[in-house]
Amino acid sequence: MKIHEYQAKELMKARGIAVPVGTMATTVEEAVAAVRPLIESSGNPVVVVKSQIHAGGRGKGRFKEHPDLGGVTVVLDGLKGGVEATEAKVRELADKMLGATLVTIQTGPEGKQVNRLYVEQGIDIATELYVSVVLDRSSSRNIVMVSTEGGTEIEEVAANTPEKILKEEITPGFGLLPFQARAIAYGLGLEGAAFKNGVKFMHLLADAAVELDTDMIEINPLVVTTDGDVMALDGKMSFESNALFRHPDVVAMRDDSEEDPAELEASGYDLSFIKLDGSIGCMVNGAGLAMATMDIIKYVGGEPANFLDVGGGATAEKVTAAFKIITRDPSVKGIFVNIFGGIMKCDTIAEGVVTAVKEVGLEVPLVVRLEGTNVELGKQIINESGLNVVSAEDMLDGAKKIVELTE
Amino acid sequence: MSVLVSKDTKVLIQGMGKTGRFHTDKAIAYGTQMVGAVHPSRAGQTEAFSGETDHSGVQGRPDTYAADIPIFRTVTEAIDATGATVSVVYVPPPFAADAIMEAADAGLELVICVTEGIPVADMVNAKQFLAGTNTRLVGPNCPGVITPQECKIGIMPGYIHTPGKIGVISRSGTLTYEAVFQLTNNGLGQTTAIGIGGDPVNGTNFVDCLALFNDDPDTEGVIMIGEIGGTAEEEACEWIKANMTKPVAGFIAGTTAPPGKRMGHAGAIISGGKGTAADKISAMEAAGVVVAPTPTDMGAAMLQALDR
Repeated sequence: MKIHEYQAKELMKARGIAVPVGTMATTVEEAVAAVRPLIESSGNPVVVVKSQIHAGGRGKGRFKEHPDLGGVTVVLDGLKGGVEATEAKVRELADKMLGATLVTIQTGPEGKQVNRLYVEQGIDIATELYVSVVLDRSSSRNIVMVSTEGGTEIEEVAANTPEKILKEEITPGFGLLPFQARAIAYGLGLEGAAFKNGVKFMHLLADAAVELDTDMIEINPLVVTTDGDVMALDGKMSFESNALFRHPDVVAMRDDSEEDPAELEASGYDLSFIKLDGSIGCMVNGAGLAMATMDIIKYVGGEPANFLDVGGGATAEKVTAAFKIITRDPSVKGIFVNIFGGIMKCDTIAEGVVTAVKEVGLEVPLVVRLEGTNVELGKQIINESGLNVVSAEDMLDGAKKIVELTE
Repeated sequence: MSVLVSKDTKVLIQGMGKTGRFHTDKAIAYGTQMVGAVHPSRAGQTEAFSGETDHSGVQGRPDTYAADIPIFRTVTEAIDATGATVSVVYVPPPFAADAIMEAADAGLELVICVTEGIPVADMVNAKQFLAGTNTRLVGPNCPGVITPQECKIGIMPGYIHTPGKIGVISRSGTLTYEAVFQLTNNGLGQTTAIGIGGDPVNGTNFVDCLALFNDDPDTEGVIMIGEIGGTAEEEACEWIKANMTKPVAGFIAGTTAPPGKRMGHAGAIISGGKGTAADKISAMEAAGVVVAPTPTDMGAAMLQALDR
């Protein structure tokens, strides 16, 4: 689960991690009203207006409606014109940004609508750095990863100058140890006050990751200010979904408008669903088999419209819900149901498919491949249903048939 | 011969809830020696099972079975009373890591955790705990381990398996069944099939299983079924190059998976450009593994690997 930058900063601030002061706004008036208290409390006439969407690359991103406007814009008008000039500029920016569509390297060409802004104090930056806390699967531990190349995509740094990345493992039960935090601060070239602040920052960040069950915390850039403060200028946090049950405060931060509506609906039925760009809808039991089904559709020349795992304990109701979600997508030109019955019985799936088709109708070709537990019973239910369903012998046969039927 | 489990394996069930009961019944029907359960709130009771024997399992049994499984407070008490060396965990996600650590503390040789949805942080801690013990963990979020006609531990359908010469290792459930089914249809039985699970932090990995099969005199070839996410397959391929003396076939699911999206399994995600199917497939090819181009070709790929 992802949250917005301003929410990540709220969580960090509550744990003593240094972040700039800011206010979230959903309307132009709220954005303007945020300016004066912000400037008065920070003493800095510069503010930054930041689009809040669940995607990175906002600074370099541009609005569809305003091709010259960046998703993150620094307002310098206050340097000469005072608070009023800043307010006027923030009004102009908020008016353009709110409701507009921001396209970044991570949103895809369709972009994302900006519904929230974060108005933040300006910071006098001395150095831009990078820090993240992520799971290292090889060691089965979280690691703190830092780089002096702040503001750059970390994948680029890893590919081109891997020596500029420093990693320290967080030992379960011990946390990040003092010598490790010092090693990180030395590695980042921090000195004096910045060194002390950096060591403290790393400890607090590592603790926050463990306490909050984050999947990832990424701060890019982490900045050293001209005063030697070490501060999270950006903040990206995502949470490990299996652990959300122990973090109701985090769950409350979920912004449903950022999620795909079909994926959201599917998760309500405990279905694992991911929307893709193709035209062949898939319904499969088991994540591995569902991925393999997408792959084989592509292999025979088709494009999958979705990933859908109905799970091991699917009921006829769940299958019906899954079927409805697939058929509602206008880009779906055909459906491939691929089931290997183990615990999930083929007749249960067959009944679910028949019920769903009778309920929602079927306007596109449907190919069903059943194998495993109660396969004969399942095939019998499909055959006797009178529905226009094509049976497949195996996965390859099924994939070929559905691709032919949709051409 | 087989690896990990055999007809002599005595098994405990941790978590005798609805799911635990359902799969325990199937395991007993298959002929697995299920000898006791650990379920603190129900300790002192027994759980009764009876039904028709699954004749695809252990051979030479009567057509029906009946068993009373005693329920204990702790794993240690269950071991003392039954002599079990293996447990299977069906405990719900918030408590499953604790169940794994209890099993390890009690000294079980092998813990097979079927539970899906355990918090990653809990598994990070459990792995650290296990590092100080001699207990092997398989899973979590896995179908289990089966040695055909000897011992079935987990949620896989028993009847698709046949005894034979092929070792099976997989991160997926139903895709394993698909592979086993194809092996059986191609006349290739299995020594043991191991589901290592789809989570990012798990116990036994591909390398551990490859080493077990490499040392097993009855295993003549291995099929490994991987998927996107992490670098476990790449590490396995390095090991194969250096150590493996037996033919290996393989398949990787997720060629078409978009980056940054979790494909059902918690561990199946391409992040930061790492964990792609293309990387894994080229690592396999470089290690001399016969890679099935589609999931329908897994059995054929194994035959081809054996012919080499």
